[in-house]
Amino acid sequence: MKREPAKFKVNGGIHPAYNKQLTAEKAIIEMPVPSLLRVSMLQHLGAPAKVEVAKGDTVSRGQLIGEHGGFISVRVHAPTSGTVKAIAEAPTATGGSAIAVDIEPDGEDRWVEDITPHPDWESLEGKKLISLVSDAGIAGMGGAGFPTHVKLSPPPGKVIDTLIINGAECEPYLTADHRLMVERAEDIWNGIRIIRKILGCATVRVAIEDNKPDAIAAMEAVMAEDTGDSAVVILKTEYPQGAEKQQIFAALGKEVPSGGLPMDVGALVENVGTTLAIFEAVVKGLPLTERVTTVTGFPVKAPGNILARLGTSYADLLAFCEGLQGKAAKVVSGGPMMGFAQHSLDATTTKTTSGLLFLRPDQVRTFSSMPCISCGRCVQACPMYLMPAELSQMIEAEDIEAAEELNVLDCIECGCCAFECPAHRPLVQHMKQAKAGIMAKRREEKAKQKS
Amino acid sequence: MVEEQKAETPEPVLNVVSTSPHAHSGASVQRIMLDVVIALMPALAAAVWFFGWDALRLTLSCVIACVAIEALCRKAMGRDLGIGDLSAVVTGILLAFNLPPALPTWMAVVGCVFAVAIAKQLFGGIGYNPFNPALIGRVALLISFPVAMTKWSEWTIPSPIGIDALSTATPLGLAKTNVMSAGTLPYHFDGGTMLQLLMGDQNGCIGEVSALALFIGGAYMLWRKVISWHTPGCYLGTVAAFSCILWIVNPEKNLPPHFHLLAGGLMLGAIFMATDMVTSPVTRKGMMVFGVGCGVLTMVIRRWGGYPEGVSFAILLMNSITPLINRATAPRVFGHQRKNKEKAS
Ligand code: SF4
Ligand code: SF4
Repeated sequence: MKREPAKFKVNGGIHPAYNKQLTAEKAIIEMPVPSLLRVSMLQHLGAPAKVEVAKGDTVSRGQLIGEHGGFISVRVHAPTSGTVKAIAEAPTATGGSAIAVDIEPDGEDRWVEDITPHPDWESLEGKKLISLVSDAGIAGMGGAGFPTHVKLSPPPGKVIDTLIINGAECEPYLTADHRLMVERAEDIWNGIRIIRKILGCATVRVAIEDNKPDAIAAMEAVMAEDTGDSAVVILKTEYPQGAEKQQIFAALGKEVPSGGLPMDVGALVENVGTTLAIFEAVVKGLPLTERVTTVTGFPVKAPGNILARLGTSYADLLAFCEGLQGKAAKVVSGGPMMGFAQHSLDATTTKTTSGLLFLRPDQVRTFSSMPCISCGRCVQACPMYLMPAELSQMIEAEDIEAAEELNVLDCIECGCCAFECPAHRPLVQHMKQAKAGIMAKRREEKAKQKS
Repeated sequence: MVEEQKAETPEPVLNVVSTSPHAHSGASVQRIMLDVVIALMPALAAAVWFFGWDALRLTLSCVIACVAIEALCRKAMGRDLGIGDLSAVVTGILLAFNLPPALPTWMAVVGCVFAVAIAKQLFGGIGYNPFNPALIGRVALLISFPVAMTKWSEWTIPSPIGIDALSTATPLGLAKTNVMSAGTLPYHFDGGTMLQLLMGDQNGCIGEVSALALFIGGAYMLWRKVISWHTPGCYLGTVAAFSCILWIVNPEKNLPPHFHLLAGGLMLGAIFMATDMVTSPVTRKGMMVFGVGCGVLTMVIRRWGGYPEGVSFAILLMNSITPLINRATAPRVFGHQRKNKEKAS
């Protein structure tokens, strides 16, 4: 059997209402290209891509329209063929803004000509494979959007011996990764083999929560033939088991040191969506131009797992899902625990848009500034073993130094603390605020030292 | 085609934009306090059963007084009334439970002023009070009206010589004076006595007598996850272990562990007072330290102190070091080494 139960588990964590039943059984469906695609140059973590086209240009699907804007950056490609209508600053789903290229599709959806598939990838060198990933514009599709080619090139001296494929999808409601594992297990497995070759690591663990037995079975089936050290690790369903550090601990029993990276314990974590994108990029030679987004929530008439072109507006996505059947009071880009609330449906999908969630008015709670009653629930829930209650009181008193002393920078903003807090304190908001304050202070000090 | 569908779609009302998370457990302070009130109901029923009208009189007047004082204080400070969280109701019931049945109503109301106005609102209201308000109320009354606060009703004590006698002392008080004057214990301990104490047929404050009723309330709070076993478990366990050792060393002068557990205010204290969230530690380890500390202090006062009962003082003393306990038991942050390990390596 290619499966093993997780031997470890971090303390803390929560059991929210998952509501995955809304879309867990719904096969992925492809959405027709909408009437306009607004393709952001910042779909990843790092420097925005540099625009490579001008207004009025005709582009083909897969054509490069944004070149690396720095070392930590990701390329952007045209998601369909058409005409560049505008190039302008546009708000992003995460609350910032970035240059975006508006493409009016011509309806032909014609691919660029110079597509080179590599069915013979096994004979290619690791370096070449990484450059194929880099050329295809792949960023971590689990949420953070870190450039994949950078992640796959550890600095010399760092040995990565274990590859963990994150199929936990621990955020409530989201089922995009779940469906990918059920429907495209074979391709994901080939993606895994490509990463394995790049890293030269033998051990592979595919981490899946036990609420997805069909995904576990599908992955296990495609891995059956593998002669190497590979297995599906079955995680207990609990949020946030998909968080990188928590997942590494669950799969390997190793703690990533504070401020460190998974490679410090010899591990690397890739999301299943990213792994599939790597397969598409290498074997088929296709750049990343689409992704699966779970459009869900009780007010949505026909929730589903939608394969949409990057740059599709949230309004178009909702319309494709037949709109709303009741009132929605909150719209979240991503999952309910870590996603971003939206002011409007104008934002467009990116490489990291895992979900679009609509919440009913009665599901929406507002935070209050009630005092902490020291119940300790946040302390017990925190998967980083922090003391959110104390931290938040310090931050409220504007004592950022004390919060830094108590390791607020280790907070992963998972939201477990705020989920449990009976006083409805805005704990995550406090943590974010303190982290931003500390980072700003550090940048200032650095700048001072330089001058 | 997409355009067409869009026209039919009712626009979502995007009126709430806040930081993540966008999901919540549904827990609220009000619900927690309501659960505590529910958990106190069996003990209230027992109080009414054993003390009749007096139990109702004290409980009702304390609840009304506490809520009114809370509202008045908040109003005077220009804040919203804040009585919706039910915490004043809990304080009122707990204070009443710590009073002897014959206490005049006006004295009980004085206790409420101490509890809510001084011990709670003066410090900033719920969440900011370092000491358990109900216990402050009780101790203030004990100091202000020592006679009225130790005036108990009549109780049939199980006597060691086989003739039951009437007493107006609490079981623990009687033991203390007897050990001090005669050097021996006034009881014999058989199943009947234990049952009597368990059910609540004993002298004491109105809410503390029935260990069984308090236990049922505790079980309810455990089930509702309002409290965890750590504080009461360690508190009761420490008292049991401590008294067991004393008893084995000298059974003539020391009460047996089951007597310590069932008599006096221990159950009420361990289940409802030591578990008060605001004034007890937030970490699991801290809760255990807190419970053990309460247990040791309670036994030291009961055995060697001037008062026959030590639960209130023990908990208040531990309240005062809660911030220290929190600091000392802060968990090791994920990905950090323990301090001493860091030095070693
Ligand atoms: S958001 Fe931060 S403080 Fe809160 S539970 Fe998660 S890691 Fe802990
Ligand atoms: S969960 Fe909320 S009320 Fe409870 S200790 Fe944490 S911050 Fe305080």
